[in-house]
Amino acid sequence: MTAVWHYISLIFRLLIRIVTAPVWLPFWIVWWLFEKTGINRLIVKVAMALGLYLVFKNLTRKPLRLFLTMFATFVAFLIYGTLSTFESAIDAGVELSADDRLIVVNKINFTQPLPISYVNRVKGLENLTDVTHLNWFGGYYQDPQNFMAMFAVDEDTFLTVYNEIVLTPEERQDWLGSRQGLIAGKSIADQYGWKVGDRIPINSNIFSKADGSTSWEFDVVGIYTGTDAQTDTSSVYFHYDYFNETQSFGRDFIGFIGVRTVDPAMNEGVIKAIDDLFANTPYETETVPEKVFNQAFIEQIGNLSLILGSVVFAAFFIILVIVGNSMVLAIRERTGEIGVLKTLGFKSTRIFFMILAESLLLAIFSGALGLLATSLAVVAVNQAPIQLPVLVLTPAIIIEALVIMIGLGLVTGILPAVNALRLNIIAALSRQ
Amino acid sequence: MAALFDLKNVAKSFVKGKEKITIFEDLNMEIEEGDFVAIMGPSGSGKTTLLNMLGGVDQPTGGEVWFDGARIDKLSEGQLAKWRANNVGFIFQFYNLMPMLNAARNVELPLLLTRLGSKQRTKNVMTALKLVELEDRAKHMPNEMSGGQQQRVAIARAIVSDPKLLLCDEPTGDLDRATADEILKTLQLLNTEFNKTIVMVTHDPAAAKYAKRTLHLDKGEFVEAEQAA
Ligand SMILES: Nc1ncnc2c1ncn2[C@@H]1O[C@H](COP(=O)(O)OP(=O)(O)OP(=O)(O)O)[C@@H](O)[C@H]1O
Ligand SMILES: [Mg+2]
Repeated sequence: MTAVWHYISLIFRLLIRIVTAPVWLPFWIVWWLFEKTGINRLIVKVAMALGLYLVFKNLTRKPLRLFLTMFATFVAFLIYGTLSTFESAIDAGVELSADDRLIVVNKINFTQPLPISYVNRVKGLENLTDVTHLNWFGGYYQDPQNFMAMFAVDEDTFLTVYNEIVLTPEERQDWLGSRQGLIAGKSIADQYGWKVGDRIPINSNIFSKADGSTSWEFDVVGIYTGTDAQTDTSSVYFHYDYFNETQSFGRDFIGFIGVRTVDPAMNEGVIKAIDDLFANTPYETETVPEKVFNQAFIEQIGNLSLILGSVVFAAFFIILVIVGNSMVLAIRERTGEIGVLKTLGFKSTRIFFMILAESLLLAIFSGALGLLATSLAVVAVNQAPIQLPVLVLTPAIIIEALVIMIGLGLVTGILPAVNALRLNIIAALSRQ
Repeated sequence: MAALFDLKNVAKSFVKGKEKITIFEDLNMEIEEGDFVAIMGPSGSGKTTLLNMLGGVDQPTGGEVWFDGARIDKLSEGQLAKWRANNVGFIFQFYNLMPMLNAARNVELPLLLTRLGSKQRTKNVMTALKLVELEDRAKHMPNEMSGGQQQRVAIARAIVSDPKLLLCDEPTGDLDRATADEILKTLQLLNTEFNKTIVMVTHDPAAAKYAKRTLHLDKGEFVEAEQAA
């Protein structure tokens, strides 16, 4: 949970990474591997068996043009793949939210506090299994720019309500037994190089201590991972008691309450029970399913998928124009040859499909390279010591990309293919 | 025995805008199987147009074209394509080889329209190349060969699927005398030894001498002048 510009700056950093070195590197690696291992000869053999030899020869007759159109398509799919994994990582926050988890916030605004006494009153209600509470700390490490999603939590109920957090038994032991203990997600721990056993200072941009200092000392007792590859591991948690006793802003207030119900079907009743319980008090509540809360939060970032969608759309539109144009030109140059093929007895429909096959091969081959590069980029981004959501090239993205490849191949090939289909032999032969 | 080709009252005209250009009004001709016909005539007299109609790449606007006892002037585009693949080999003035394919692959093209497997295709290709004495150039690209060699590859391509008919439009128009003679000798050999029926358009009287007879086309009509081969 971070602010608007944070994600935007992440997108920009990502874009810069996209347009620099790693872009062309995988392309050349694959090319080189093909040459070295003789896969290129294998491809020719397969193409021959499929009757695609002519298509293949046509495709490769102008290596520079082939390279440029392939490269353009490749980049488009790399952008597509990377942004899609990124978007899917952000959406995962919503998708991975537990259906049986509710969030209780102050009705005025989720940044307003609630009294801690509410936790026990909620616990007294029916149809819920666990209740915990969290406070947004506004923590940053060393530099105010390095802010992070950091919460003061009730150490044991937190782990039962948020059971996607994975700690080793020893870490769990140390976390429960410490006072200044802190658990950090793997991605943020990697970013700042935190290790279990480190003692680190963290500042708050909201709270201060009695002496006016905004710096707290913590012991890193655990580095958590998630039950799912896309689980967010960029947050930091520490003990509410340590927070409550040392900060000077008024005691015994909490940010929000997390509730786990016995079954998602019970959510509605529980929501009503909670909000009714606190109706007409100075701190009225608003209870929502976590999914709804996360969704609303992501929407605050601005319509992210619209931005990403526009970038991807622009990329593909440019590709469509470039590749489509180059296909039209390439086929026009072959007018005479197409006339000869028709004279020899090649049917117009066969030539039509040969040209479609050519544009399809081009799109699918370069698109596949783009996805391959994406998968390398994903590995690189996930290993880089920077705070980014966990990127995963999901099957859904791959299938969607395949559909786009086929669409791109068909759209760029259809016009020249139809031209060739309708080409009159005599006109074609006399035009040379 | 019926003639291989029988043209009956063939008419051909082009409509260009409002103008109607008539090339043939009432053309009649027969070509026997095994014949070698040279067609001569001034530029614009309709030689190429006639050859196109014989080869089934163009259709007459009137009359009938019979080949081997069947009418071909009313066939659909797809049927004509199949008919050409089965019956006609084409040899053009500018060879018209595919620049990205080597000699053997160029010769193989018509065989891609047959059911032959790749081994058999290769065998047939080499036979055809041997006939034009180019078996050692099988792997050469068109731009690595002389005009005469390219035309011989084109001849190999025309005969590889063993059609009855060869149609040649100025096959030696772009070649020097000596090379032209070689090409013409090859055509003559195909006519005499392999019984190919050949119709050849040419401007060159020396080339026409290789044919069994020469037809003179002028203003849409034949002025026949029989000649011994
Ligand atoms: N598609 C067409 N549309 C209109 N007129 C055409 C077309 N094709 C040929 N013609 C005309 O028909 C006439 C005969 O053309 P054709 O190409 O058959 O002549 P040719 O005897 O082969 O001449 P050349 O010796 O120069 O090759 C010419 O006047 C030509 O302009
Ligand atoms: Mg002509």
